Amino acid sequence: MALVFAGICSHAPGIVNRAERVEASRREALYDAYGRMGRAIRDKSPDVLVVIGAEHFGNFFMNNMPAFAMGMADYYEGPIEDEGWLKIKRRRVAGNRDLSERLIARVMDEVDVAYCEEWKLDHAIMVPLHFLTPDYRLPIVPANINCQGPPLTPLHRAYRFGEALRRAAEAVPERIAIIGTGGISHWPATPNSGKINEAWDRDFLARWAGGDKAAMLSYSDAATYRDAGQGGFEIRTFIAIAGVAAERKGEIWHYDAISPFAVGCTIGVMNLA
Amino acid sequence: MSLYYVQKLLYNLNREPAMQRDFKADPMRVMADYDLTAEEKKALTDADIGLLYVFGVNGQLLMHFAALLGIAWDDYLEAMREGVRRHGPVRAGIYALVEE
Ligand SMILES: [Fe+2]
Repeated sequence: MALVFAGICSHAPGIVNRAERVEASRREALYDAYGRMGRAIRDKSPDVLVVIGAEHFGNFFMNNMPAFAMGMADYYEGPIEDEGWLKIKRRRVAGNRDLSERLIARVMDEVDVAYCEEWKLDHAIMVPLHFLTPDYRLPIVPANINCQGPPLTPLHRAYRFGEALRRAAEAVPERIAIIGTGGISHWPATPNSGKINEAWDRDFLARWAGGDKAAMLSYSDAATYRDAGQGGFEIRTFIAIAGVAAERKGEIWHYDAISPFAVGCTIGVMNLA
Repeated sequence: MSLYYVQKLLYNLNREPAMQRDFKADPMRVMADYDLTAEEKKALTDADIGLLYVFGVNGQLLMHFAALLGIAWDDYLEAMREGVRRHGPVRAGIYALVEE
């Protein structure tokens, strides 16, 4: 089996660019949890890190919006946002075109994905990399699920995308780590920025950690919007990781509803053994 | 009302430094390539963040436009609140999805 790691983490830009607004102990506890996840990934010696993000109009817009997309290049560039704004320096991040192509071809047996030979990484991928692989040595395969422009990718298709990725990972000789990045309840970049529905988040994470597929797929978009804001649509990336893990159980290593970061900051790992 | 083209302009503007320079120098010329109403053009040239939010522009596009204009984060959030006070609730787009 070449799937070696599956986990989830937050990607909100505030975690980096509004760091000073949160007391050091609370901030460092989150950063430490990212560090622990990064070490857990490296301990599995993966050849590539697949990062399933919910990007925010960096590459994909409503003129041509894919339900799913995967990168297929030897390098990517990010962040696409202003470096001074995100407080992450722009750089090239290595990819692996050949491995991407083999993974994509296998995923396409089950799920239609757009492939991208060019990709400008936004905070959905750059914020996690900043903490998980700060030396940027591990090549990545960026992936995206449409969580922004309705009609959104259905939840059950996001789960199925994860299943297809798992089978693709198992079909190649390389060692594959996969993470999903997003927010749970949040109202990013709106007048309600900073609002977090902690009870809703904890309930969702219990479903995720329990590998409870039916419970995870039972949300309607209307209910998610009402209870968890527009940012809540990003549960798709976490649900994809549940699909990767095939109803195995996971563990939430960290959850803290940090209002200045505008999201319930989350680190979770699936037990693949 | 052409929210799609307002957002398309901001999408392109956010990712293209050359277009940012052109927009600063001559916004009317840049906006001529997009199907925009007079009200939309005025909101864009006036940097009226509050009205753009009320049009329904997604915050993931709008926050970068605000940053490009040098508007600080807290002022950006306040500008959207002021826009709703002045112009009423969001008219279209994802933030108008559910009316309680
Ligand atoms: Fe996001």
